[in-house]
Amino acid sequence: MVAMPATRPRWRRRLRRYGPAWVGSAIVLAWILVALFAPLIAPYPPQAQDIVNRLTPPSADHWLGTDVLGRDVLSRLIFGARLSLLAGFSVVLLGAAIGVTVGIIAAWARGFVDEALMRFTDLVLCFPPIILALAIAAALGIGSTNTILAMLVVWWPKFARLARALALVQRSQEYVEAATVLGLKPVRILGRHILPNTLGPLAVLITLDLGNAILTFAGLSFLGLGVVPPTAEWGSMVAEGRELVEQWWVATFPGLAILTVVVGFNFLGDGLRDWLDPRTRGR
Amino acid sequence: MTGSGLPVLEVENLQTVFLTDAGAVRAVDGVSFTIGPGETLGLVGESGSGKSVTALSLMRLLEEPARIIGGSVRFQGCDVLEMSGEELRDWRGDRAAMVFQDPMTGLNPVIRILRQVTEHMVSHGRQTPAKAKLRAVDLLRRMGVAAPERAAASFPYQFSGGMRQRVMLAIGVANDPALLIADEPTTALDVTIQAQILDLMRGLNQEFGTAIVLISHDLGVIGTVCRRVAVMYAGEIVEEAETAAVLTDPRHPYAWALVNAVPRLDSPAGTRLVSIEGGPPSALDPPPGCRFAARCPFKLARCETDHPPLMEVAPGRRARCWVTMDGTPLPPPPVAAEAAFRTPAPEERPLLEGHDLVKHFPLSRLGFFGKRPVVHAVNGVDLRLRRGEALGIVGESGCGKSTLARLVTRLHAPTSGTLRFDGQDITHFTAAEMRPLRPRMGMVFQDPYASLNPRMTVGDALAEPLLAHGRAATRAEARGRVLELMATVGLKPEWAQRFPHEFSGGQRQRVSIARSLALEPDLVVADEPVSALDVNVQAQVLNLMLDLRERLGLSYLFIAHDLAVVRAFCDRVAVMYLGRIVEEGPAQELFARPLHPYTVALTSAVPEPGRERVVLAGEPPSTLSLPEGCAFRARCPVAQPVCAEVRPPLAEVAPGRLAACHFPGAFSV
Repeated sequence: MVAMPATRPRWRRRLRRYGPAWVGSAIVLAWILVALFAPLIAPYPPQAQDIVNRLTPPSADHWLGTDVLGRDVLSRLIFGARLSLLAGFSVVLLGAAIGVTVGIIAAWARGFVDEALMRFTDLVLCFPPIILALAIAAALGIGSTNTILAMLVVWWPKFARLARALALVQRSQEYVEAATVLGLKPVRILGRHILPNTLGPLAVLITLDLGNAILTFAGLSFLGLGVVPPTAEWGSMVAEGRELVEQWWVATFPGLAILTVVVGFNFLGDGLRDWLDPRTRGR
Repeated sequence: MTGSGLPVLEVENLQTVFLTDAGAVRAVDGVSFTIGPGETLGLVGESGSGKSVTALSLMRLLEEPARIIGGSVRFQGCDVLEMSGEELRDWRGDRAAMVFQDPMTGLNPVIRILRQVTEHMVSHGRQTPAKAKLRAVDLLRRMGVAAPERAAASFPYQFSGGMRQRVMLAIGVANDPALLIADEPTTALDVTIQAQILDLMRGLNQEFGTAIVLISHDLGVIGTVCRRVAVMYAGEIVEEAETAAVLTDPRHPYAWALVNAVPRLDSPAGTRLVSIEGGPPSALDPPPGCRFAARCPFKLARCETDHPPLMEVAPGRRARCWVTMDGTPLPPPPVAAEAAFRTPAPEERPLLEGHDLVKHFPLSRLGFFGKRPVVHAVNGVDLRLRRGEALGIVGESGCGKSTLARLVTRLHAPTSGTLRFDGQDITHFTAAEMRPLRPRMGMVFQDPYASLNPRMTVGDALAEPLLAHGRAATRAEARGRVLELMATVGLKPEWAQRFPHEFSGGQRQRVSIARSLALEPDLVVADEPVSALDVNVQAQVLNLMLDLRERLGLSYLFIAHDLAVVRAFCDRVAVMYLGRIVEEGPAQELFARPLHPYTVALTSAVPEPGRERVVLAGEPPSTLSLPEGCAFRARCPVAQPVCAEVRPPLAEVAPGRLAACHFPGAFSV
């Protein structure tokens, strides 16, 4: 009998494949916990001004320093996470819900309905998204709800396109034909057969897109559209610190917060994609 | 030529494992064989038996996590396992060549054929570029590629699968290799094209003296090319002998099961095929005794404990079996009683009746002002299926048989013609109008992997039609019927909670059959239900379908490309060519005395030993533009000028026998 060579250490392969995904989910989970328990964690109320101690560098009292009005940067950062994550999740999840509905209906109906829905989708897609969102948000007025609405308008089309493509692939599968031959109603075929089988790739896009949505929301806030001033929000915090070169902490820390969230969601999305890919799975 | 006296390939105790998280999977476990110059050896076995991994190991084409952990492979005396990367590159494609299963992906789509054929002649320094070009065209001609000069300048996408496989063979033999390894080279091809390619391989062996290792799941295919065959099971060779001897008198029970699981064109109708239950043992942890013991109908007490070596059971043949070690042959399979089908009364109203059915698929426009090309899938088919009858539709790929299946179940709407189901005209029914009729027609699909929703448990998939048609109000109510269905097709009740990916291909096809029976249909349309399955599993599924037919009195529309399968299953057979039925008649008579030249060629192309072969030249014409006159005339050996002018109608030639030919019966083997 020939000696059996040992399998390469499992943990090393696992780490190489899933390492970034674990880091990503840890970051995302940490930020979600921070947002949920913000009032318990934050050392100061986010709006509390302390003009005497304005623009103090990071110290034992104020770990990340204070801003122009003497507000604690760390506390504002922690409360800002709530708004950023809320905006990100609501834009992406609602956008996905609208887009997937449109896309799956288009794929099932085909013909005129498909053409009409998809050309309308193209119409929305051909505007530069940030500029369109800016215009809509400006028209609706400043405020986080309005900004989220504006983002939704530009957010759903890509989900519609992806969902349509995925549903078209599933539609031509034999199990959908089998369901038709069994005499199932279209609603049932769409809901029980086609939709569940398109969710995998959609979950990847949703995860990757969360970082993107948070970044866009912060960008709109930076431009002065996202939130009404005293509210703590990362994008507007960066905007406030933009011209303070000496007081680097005012803009740097919210910037880092945005960076970590976006990187976290991207790692998680990439990992999810690898994990869902049957070709790389189980190797 | 160096070392011409040495064997071309000597394999000894080859062991290949896949290193997985669960442990080492022994894919090839101690395989040995020798091939002399100009010899031919077949490797046969079901999927997962290790035959392809053996081939890849011989060429050192395996990558991590697969690893060769023992044994030796000597090619004309040189140790292949010791070769460096550079030596391997020099050796592969020069002295030893390999042809793969899938001709569609084996060629680079963006390089012209000529460059792909000449590339390695030049890179191995065998020819100057100018000479290589001449030789490439010559090789293509010899491989039977029509107009080789023009073909050489084409891109692969312009070629059909059969043509591509010819190009692959031309590439394989370009440097006069001493050894050609072909891994299922004809599995993806139609039976008449398969006959052409197998002929070609026989010719290569005889003309150039190339030694051939042919890997196939089909003993018939191996029988037409290879003198010797090695039967593989669970990573081991279990029998090695002359092919003819294995086919008539197998000495290992697994080989016995393989030989007898295949339906034959000359076996009586309704006979049950031999099938063995169960699956191969786990390759992670093989059992201590004979690996086939758990499924073996002949096993002895000793088989469970002692692992048999490959023993000489007769001069020149070896088998790994305790039962036949003393040279006794295995008994022939029991012949089942003739099946008793209900003979349909002729005056009865037909269950399904199609008249002049046509289906054309328009493609997208070629350019803005261009015409829409049209695929002529079905071009006027008349069809009658009586209650309790099984009608088989055979033909090669692209002949429109699957489209016909989707027409009669109204998954597609016919372009013209009429379709009646139980007297009701359903030609123009909408999806909603069809829904009440759906319970009366079931359908079984070809691909057992694609025809079940991967995210639904088997129990849910079977309960779904019951719930949708109000046969059961709740899941709990449906459960009784679901378990009953699973018992009908031989699935264990506790499997209801499992997902499709937890089942083997044969088990999934059983689920699919159970689902088609859920609503107690009158008609079951089966579209190639066994073509994706191993022969043994195919035998199980066919036996099951025959049983159900007798017990439930079902009518079948059975679509297949395998003539023997149709012959074993159907009362009546219709042969399709280019969207039309060219011959129709009772199964037994049609295959015994075919009238249409195409049927003659089809039946003779079946790779069964001892069959006189008519190799049809050419390939079916494109379905984009139908030829004038008889569609078959370009390939027909007895075509006359009249065939080009008048399309022969499907007419009654003898009682019950219809043929669409001007000269029915003029051509025979």
